[in-house]
Amino acid sequence: MSQTTQAPSDLINAESKQDIDHWLAKYPEDQKQSAVMAALRIVQDQNGGWLTLELMDAVADYLDMDKIHVYEVATFYSMYEHKPVGKHKICVCTNLSCMSCGSGKIVEHLEEKLHIKLGETTEDNQFTLKEVECLGACSGAPMFQIGEHYYENLTPEKIDEILAGLK
Amino acid sequence: MVTITINGKQVQAEQGQMLIEAADNADIAIPRFCYHKNLSIAANCRMCLVEVEKAPKPVPACATPITDGMVVNTKSTKALAAQQAVMEFLLINHPLDCPICDQGGECDLQEFSVGYGKDKSDYYEVKRVVKDKNIGPLIATELTRCIHCTRCVRFGQEIAGMREMGATGRGDWMEIGTYIEKSIDSELSGNIIDLCPVGALTSKVSRFTYRVWELASNDFVAAHDCIGSNINVQTKNGVIKRVIARENNEINDTWISDRDRYSFEGINSADRLTRPMIKQNGQWQEASWDDALQFAVNGLKAISDASELGAVCSPSVTTEEMFLLQKLMRGIGSNNIDHRLRQTDFSAQDADPRFPGLGMKLAEVKNLNAALLIGSNVRKEQPIMGHHLRQASLNSAQIAVLNPVKYEQIFKPAQEFIAAPSQMFNELKSLAKAALEITGKTAPDGLADLVAGQTVSDAHKACIENLNEADNAAVIIGTMLQAMPDYAAMRMLAGFIADATDSVLSYLTPGANTSGAYLSGLLPNRNAAGESADGLDTQAMFAQHRKGYILFGIEPDRDIENPVQVQNALDNADFVVAVTMYQSDALQNSADVLLPLSAITEASGTLINVDGTWQSFQAASKAIGQSKPGWKILRVMGNLFDVSGFDYQSSEEVLADVKSAAGDAVTDKAGNKLSWQCPDKSTAETALQRIAELPIYAVDAVVRRAEALQQTADAQVNCARINSATAEKLKIEDGQTVSAVQDGHLVDMSVSIDDRIADNCVYIPAGIESAAALGGGYNAIELKAK
Repeated sequence: MSQTTQAPSDLINAESKQDIDHWLAKYPEDQKQSAVMAALRIVQDQNGGWLTLELMDAVADYLDMDKIHVYEVATFYSMYEHKPVGKHKICVCTNLSCMSCGSGKIVEHLEEKLHIKLGETTEDNQFTLKEVECLGACSGAPMFQIGEHYYENLTPEKIDEILAGLK
Repeated sequence: MVTITINGKQVQAEQGQMLIEAADNADIAIPRFCYHKNLSIAANCRMCLVEVEKAPKPVPACATPITDGMVVNTKSTKALAAQQAVMEFLLINHPLDCPICDQGGECDLQEFSVGYGKDKSDYYEVKRVVKDKNIGPLIATELTRCIHCTRCVRFGQEIAGMREMGATGRGDWMEIGTYIEKSIDSELSGNIIDLCPVGALTSKVSRFTYRVWELASNDFVAAHDCIGSNINVQTKNGVIKRVIARENNEINDTWISDRDRYSFEGINSADRLTRPMIKQNGQWQEASWDDALQFAVNGLKAISDASELGAVCSPSVTTEEMFLLQKLMRGIGSNNIDHRLRQTDFSAQDADPRFPGLGMKLAEVKNLNAALLIGSNVRKEQPIMGHHLRQASLNSAQIAVLNPVKYEQIFKPAQEFIAAPSQMFNELKSLAKAALEITGKTAPDGLADLVAGQTVSDAHKACIENLNEADNAAVIIGTMLQAMPDYAAMRMLAGFIADATDSVLSYLTPGANTSGAYLSGLLPNRNAAGESADGLDTQAMFAQHRKGYILFGIEPDRDIENPVQVQNALDNADFVVAVTMYQSDALQNSADVLLPLSAITEASGTLINVDGTWQSFQAASKAIGQSKPGWKILRVMGNLFDVSGFDYQSSEEVLADVKSAAGDAVTDKAGNKLSWQCPDKSTAETALQRIAELPIYAVDAVVRRAEALQQTADAQVNCARINSATAEKLKIEDGQTVSAVQDGHLVDMSVSIDDRIADNCVYIPAGIESAAALGGGYNAIELKAK
């Protein structure tokens, strides 16, 4: 019988599917859900850094999972975004080591410089400021992560330099 | 078996069993929220912490396997301190709104906080508030009360087979819900209310209408499918306030269907008939019981030829009522008695077993290794049977289905054969051919010729191989199949397949008491002792107009196959007696006297389920108005007719008569075996055939009046469904309004494209309002664009 509607997983583009398939190959055939975190990251990247409900449904369809199961994973981990984010997502660690090394000052500087609060995005959609828990770089505290890079031993001056470099 | 010590008491337990099970078996109380014996172990509430000797910390009893010689203390200082601490944490975010909470009085959290908690908390900060979710018409949420035990989540995944609830968010932001606004659609969803240890999930229908301690509790049996699930009907001042599950591991485990839980709304419905009514000179008027009964009997007596009388009865009334109805009719001299309201092919009725049953016990279904399910939407028709088949499937049973619709099953079908009802015979021929090839059995007379031209696919072969290799296998005849034309022929082939593969031939029967109807002789061709008789079946009774009818517990426009034919016959009859719970336009138009029948919960009686279990019950709720139990009405009618043997003083006396007539009939493999007679398909092929499934919430008059059930997704069936290929052929689009024409009758309906439907079929359910003007369920149909 023909399908009347498109499959929800059609939202995932060919390149992303290829990426997900690479992850799927690592797990047994009947354990497709093992690739859910990778799949969510891949479709998030495809969508410019955030997940929509339709994309989560697409992942559920592609991996043969219950939708709610995908929502659970996607809402549990802080690296999945459910609202649009700026081009550069600045994830500032405010956990114990960073806090004792002055992450408060770092957040203050960022908020002042970008004119946004934690959790907000600049009007030009360039930056999103996000508070995160320990990223495992305590030896370089205070630190933040932008994209796939860690920036350590931060000072206000160093931040200005980093942000200028991004533009 | 190993021996362990709990609180100084020696307890025998299985090696590897969880500590909490052993304690439960030994009646040693351990508090718990997340643990439930029929669900997987989560060990996330930590309430069952106990002290085990040599373990450095308290351990959760639900997740600690037993080893020989274990010494456990559930009441040591350490255990109590741990339980107290857990309780304090659980109460941090709990609102303490017990005075307005439906769960108050039967709440595990309330109970354990008294038993195991402290009288004060060290927590003075703010409590979190969680927004409630709308999850449909059946279940109310109060999620601030939730303690995240995840029983509802696990129930969805493990039992209902649809994971609809989940825990989204993390840590302090974790919430139980559906994440998106979505109704819970499982037919077993109401069980999460019973499972919820707090008041986070309560019944939307019952909420705020009682306090638990005001309720009287009555053991009862559910009356909407052939399973006979055990329920507890709870009443306040004689009025049903709620229905909950009652554990019976032989029948329904700890679960019941939503239909059994919420159908009581129909019993409390406003259109119940409260007084006897008679029609004189075309005018309806109220009458006393004496006058109405005399009027009814006089009207029937005026028809001198008893064979001009016919009686049809709901298959969901009590055995006692069925027995008396047939006794009355046979006493008057008529064998025109039937309860098979949807069946159309009676050609092999004499080959029916003593009563069509499962051929095994319900508890054995989960031990099946293979099954072939024919013509059944089992999860909607018999939700608890769906649950048992799912359990079998989880134990790696290979279940194949042959249906006209690709239903979403709660088990993963091993093979799916989807064919129009008229093509299902061919599919069965292919399966029979595969059975001949694989088992090497000699073909019985005529079968080789019958299947000669059939193609056998790999799927056909695999299905038969599964049945053949299984230790426990069943070929299950679904309720839908029994309503189809050529039922006899299809059943014969199913019987052969069962025989060849050494499987049980099983029946899933309509209504709650088809077994009772057979055993009490409510059949035109057999009396209560199983001796043959000669009367008209339901279809013949209405096709060959009778002069007088008794309708017992029936709505003629909804409950009988081919409602237009029924209407014609009733319109032309001289006298129609309706013994009915409800007053409806259809009944007022057709009947001459309406006798108010009490609901099943308002009288004592017995239901016999599909595995042959007799379950008797006492009245649970107060009769509405002047309605009376059916057996009392029939007893008086018997007296007025001067039929002998109608001096019963109680329903128990009636039951004793049924029992002595029925003997000790059981349903088993040998009894369900069919003796071979080469079948032939008699109905012609049609361009377009209707599929008239009886939807889950249209099965009987009570359910049709249960408001909350009528708002569920499963009740939204008022349209004509066709697949896209058929739509293309007919040039009909989704949402278009068409005229459905059947046997010359016409109904306007909107079309919904649904690719689950087999080719060249139109799915218009039976039992719904708009189908009342259509003809025979599985007959030819036309769709005309408007």
